[in-house]
Amino acid sequence: MSDASLPSRPASVVAPISLRRRLTDHFMTGAAIFTVLLVLAPLVAIFGNLLYHGIVSVNWDFLTKLPKPPGELGGGMANAIVGSMLILLIASCIGVPFGIGAGIYLAEYGRNRLGDTIRFTADVLNGVPSIVIGIVGWALLVKGHGFSALAGGVALAIMMVPTICRTTEEMLLLVPQALREAAYGLGIPRWRATLSVVLRTATSGVITGVMLAFARVAGETAPLLFTALGNEYWSKSLDQPSAALPLQIYKYYSTPSPDLHRQAWAGALVLISLIIISVAAVRYVVRRGTFGTQ
Amino acid sequence: MILGIPLVGPIVSTIHMILLFLVMSAVCDAVNALPAEGPGDHGQHVDVVFKATMVLCGLLVLAVLALIVYELVRGSALSWDKFGFHFFAASDWDPEHESFGALPFIFGTLVSSLLALFIAVPLSIGVAVFTTEMCPRSLRGPLSFFVELLAAIPSVVYGLWGFLVLAPILAKYVQPFLANNFGWTGLFSGRELGISMLAAGIILAIMIIPIISSITREVLLVVPQHQREAALALGATRWEMIRIGVLRNARAGIVGGIILGLGRALGETMAVTMVIGNAPQMKRSLFEFGYTMASVLANEFSEASADMHLSALVEIGLALFLVTIIVNALARLLVWSVTRGQPARGHV
Repeated sequence: MSDASLPSRPASVVAPISLRRRLTDHFMTGAAIFTVLLVLAPLVAIFGNLLYHGIVSVNWDFLTKLPKPPGELGGGMANAIVGSMLILLIASCIGVPFGIGAGIYLAEYGRNRLGDTIRFTADVLNGVPSIVIGIVGWALLVKGHGFSALAGGVALAIMMVPTICRTTEEMLLLVPQALREAAYGLGIPRWRATLSVVLRTATSGVITGVMLAFARVAGETAPLLFTALGNEYWSKSLDQPSAALPLQIYKYYSTPSPDLHRQAWAGALVLISLIIISVAAVRYVVRRGTFGTQ
Repeated sequence: MILGIPLVGPIVSTIHMILLFLVMSAVCDAVNALPAEGPGDHGQHVDVVFKATMVLCGLLVLAVLALIVYELVRGSALSWDKFGFHFFAASDWDPEHESFGALPFIFGTLVSSLLALFIAVPLSIGVAVFTTEMCPRSLRGPLSFFVELLAAIPSVVYGLWGFLVLAPILAKYVQPFLANNFGWTGLFSGRELGISMLAAGIILAIMIIPIISSITREVLLVVPQHQREAALALGATRWEMIRIGVLRNARAGIVGGIILGLGRALGETMAVTMVIGNAPQMKRSLFEFGYTMASVLANEFSEASADMHLSALVEIGLALFLVTIIVNALARLLVWSVTRGQPARGHV
């Protein structure tokens, strides 16, 4: 369609847009740009502060030493870093298989009443405040047994399952029906078609969901308050209270000591680099995955 | 040794990625290594077992919800028997004399969340409108990525920033300004310490902006393109097109996104606890300290030893749980009514 093919339209047919309307249009565009800047400002401020205060404080001692007793300078968060990793590992070991299993159920067998109920429940669970999950973890594993890393891991696993379940379902539904039919046509039983064909095709998408859930719970503090509790020393086994990065940051923030503030910033920087790199890894996997977004 | 910073994160996440990949590919390989079976009885038998396992995983989701309800109801029975509905109407909270009333916490939760919505809603809608309707296509991806990066910041880091950076700024610049210009409303008077209901509202607003704006964006993207074209063809300016053709069509979904943000704000714990001051009082001024349902749990639960104290705290947890469930269910229904359960794809 070129301009030449159009009849030249008489200018009088289209009334000129009034100045007021044009000004409103410009004003609204300006307002929208302003909101974007206003929203990005805290992002810049938070990361600026994290880098500014954090980088000078992350050093070898911070990564390898235990916290010093109150009043003494120095020390680090080695036990918290390891504790966080351990708790997250426990959470992943429990949450990932169940989440993926529930997702497979919803995608492959869940076109019915029960499936709808589970789907809705998972969405609702996603919105349950993390502190409430903490109470449940406490009631299940801490009451009568004592605070433990295991209870912390279970609490975080409960938070992971609904997210993983829903993203797994979404990813499996993206796999073309023809692939399943081809597998059945070859005489492959349904369970095997599901695992070797459908799940395998959707692997990168499913891992994306897993990593999103991981990133979400990695920074959680509230569920750990009543489960892992925190620890100034190395915890010797999983049934003992364990330190974790978010707990340590929470512990240091209100102290009057600038040295502990410095350590809190460093802890936050370590924690957030862990999370952001997970998210970046997710994007990377999705982009080069065998079956990403359409 | 600055080298340490960029190393720990990558190592941990790489280990996790590798582990996950290994586990998944090991499962796939193990399955593939099994001898192929004919469609005989044996294959069907395994099919039944497989389906049963998956059903169990699905039922686990229901079980978790049931478990949450069960534990909360059981844990709060003691307090419920003693105080009944009066628990939510009384305003004294005195663990030493076993006198518990949740009203100040309910008040703090509501005020901080509504304040957050008041700040976050116009900003989120502005961001969503800009990214979907106004900005160059090449900016769209990075911009939404940056806004969603706000959602990746852990709440305890928000709290740390709010306490050490935002609160002093509020005390030094924002609070005197508000007190001088809007002090007559009664909302902005009193001590200018930074730590306040106002700080909690601002922090919450920053935290829920990515939620509201991403849902709004999703909803705007499923508004049919011909609505825009129709408005433009009638001679609308771009803003008029957005108002008439886009926003009006997406109303229900946007409201759903707002309610979803409200649900998140109501249950948010750490960041609020760190900046709200934690004093169980109900004051008109936003400069005063407050206390929310989630914060009192965070502060007192692990140290509570008396049965009645614990039970009262669990009852607050139960109330928080019920409110967020209702709010979230409502939001899901609204969003679903617009997107019809379809994940949004870009228009055109």
